[in-house]
Amino acid sequence: MINNNPKTLLDKLWETHIVHEEKLQPSILYVDLHLIHEVTTPQAFEGLRLSGRQVRRPDLTLATADHNTPTWDRSKPITDPISMQQLKTLSENCEEFGITLYDMYSPLQGIVHVIGPEQGYTQPGMVIVCGDSHTSTHGAFGSLAFGIGTSEVEHVLATQTLRQFKPKSMEIRVNGTLQFGVTAKDVILAIIGKIGVSGATGYAVEYTGKVIRSLSMESRMTICNMSIEAGGRAGMVAPDEITFEYMQGKAKVPKGDDFEKAIEKWKLLRTDIGAKYDHVVNISGDDIEPYVTWGTNPGMVIPVTDTIPDPESFSDPQEKDSASRALKYMDLKAGTPINEIFIDRVFIGSCTNSRIEDLESAASVVEGHKVNKNVSAMVVPGSYAVKKEAENRGLDKIFKDAGFDWREAGCSMCLGMNPDVLSPGERCASTSNRNFEGRQGKGGRTHLVSPQMAAAAAIAGHFVDIRKW
Amino acid sequence: MERFKTIEGKIVPLDRVNIDTDQIIPKQFLKRIERTGFGQFLFNDWRFNNDDSLNEEFILNKEMYKSASVLVTGDNFGSGSSREHAAWALHDYGFRCILAPSFADIFFNNCFQNGLLPIVLPKEKIRNIIDESINNNGLELTIDLESQTIFNISLEINIQFDIDPYRKYCMLNGLDNIALTLQHIDKIDLYENQNI
Repeated sequence: MINNNPKTLLDKLWETHIVHEEKLQPSILYVDLHLIHEVTTPQAFEGLRLSGRQVRRPDLTLATADHNTPTWDRSKPITDPISMQQLKTLSENCEEFGITLYDMYSPLQGIVHVIGPEQGYTQPGMVIVCGDSHTSTHGAFGSLAFGIGTSEVEHVLATQTLRQFKPKSMEIRVNGTLQFGVTAKDVILAIIGKIGVSGATGYAVEYTGKVIRSLSMESRMTICNMSIEAGGRAGMVAPDEITFEYMQGKAKVPKGDDFEKAIEKWKLLRTDIGAKYDHVVNISGDDIEPYVTWGTNPGMVIPVTDTIPDPESFSDPQEKDSASRALKYMDLKAGTPINEIFIDRVFIGSCTNSRIEDLESAASVVEGHKVNKNVSAMVVPGSYAVKKEAENRGLDKIFKDAGFDWREAGCSMCLGMNPDVLSPGERCASTSNRNFEGRQGKGGRTHLVSPQMAAAAAIAGHFVDIRKW
Repeated sequence: MERFKTIEGKIVPLDRVNIDTDQIIPKQFLKRIERTGFGQFLFNDWRFNNDDSLNEEFILNKEMYKSASVLVTGDNFGSGSSREHAAWALHDYGFRCILAPSFADIFFNNCFQNGLLPIVLPKEKIRNIIDESINNNGLELTIDLESQTIFNISLEINIQFDIDPYRKYCMLNGLDNIALTLQHIDKIDLYENQNI
């Protein structure tokens, strides 16, 4: 049968969530799941109180404490009184408005973008929002998921809807086969390197192609997670058998016949043959190498076999200026092979790379080795559940035997709102998502890599090509 | 929300691309639970040296730019983190308008929620404004939202800009988005009855 009205995945997700539309106005979209955390919500709850409004659907709202939470022994008090106050405020707000909260003492606590999928809150076909730019992670399940500001958080709390203009659609097709040692992190770094840090601004990205289809759900999450680093608010992958297999048995996922029925519905969530994207990018998976960022945004990235670029090699004067500014901040010289750069710290964690597969792959590199004497390394699992699973598999022992710190779950040194920060001048191999100036601590120097590359760097003391490990 | 009609103000050229919200307001200041008082921390790591002394080299610290209310900057301003604290900090510091060739999506939305007008102008126009400012040892501009113009009569600057009509209407009238949406509460009820 010929489909006369072929639609993209974005079209389908968008159309099924329209509550109200008027010409020249943003659509009012229904929100199926609103995730909240302590940093971007206090002012939203205060706004509700000032205007005498209620939370419309506390049952569709889920809170966790992740950004400020210390990764040390949680039986000890939090030393930073302002962090403490923010965590306390979240607890009080959740109590007042009847919202489920996984606080730092809950066995269900973790990074907001790790616990949603892990517990089955995140499901295909949903619109999911959170006051956090890495909400795009949840798009890996074929949902429309994006970050919002605090005013918008208040809007969702009060109305369970959001006013949005429809983004344009972009297909990023990754075909071919990934080489051994090349991971989802390298795929997304390669994409950002190619299209730039604003290449997807204004778009919702759908990742397609043989490479994406072959990836696990956790790897798809890593890719969708960093869509925002290319400017795309949302990243999506159409659900398939890999998705359904991952979801089966998760706490909030329908069971038995209901699950089978849900799968039939979820299978329709794919871009129809003949549907047109506003923009298409092709990437050859065969050509992707392990990547390392050298600068101060995720687009400043090169293969591990390469050398630090010369700012003079950029034709655009502003890019040239950015590159020389970045080299100065990073204390790097043009022409230096990236695998000759020595590091002080290693951070394995963040909503990009802190799930069980990430820890498994890092541990497989670490096993039988010791962390280099000049390096201090830490592993911060994405959630308490990831931590427990890793411990069941004996990964904690591998990391600890090698000299890694084994910590409690949270955002930790991805952004250093808790005590885990770089000191000025320290250089870090990090599995997180942003190498911005000061992101991991004022004056800190961040190089983004995959979990395996971070693990190998911890052992060697400098970057190494994981394919030769 | 504060209404935005017309502003007259000094510009400050911050001639860099891809300025992310981590630079606009570093994370150590996101722990506050208030919506106000963020201006003192704006561009903290650029405005202040490691010993907390003022970085005299940074353009916002130069005497002639101290009372500027219009920020003129490069592509992809406000990229990265969704933190609305970035818009709060710019507004609290005294900025009312930002001119750039492009903005990051979440930051762009956040500005409109806070009476801070982000205007997209072609790169050459941004370059001209920066050059005028350098040549004239500072530049004052008037930004009128109703007529969608940026002008300086004595320097014969007159630039038209585009803005989405809905956003313009909300800014001009200082409208509360939540109140506007709640006018459609029957539609939300209906959607929930049919779908949720």
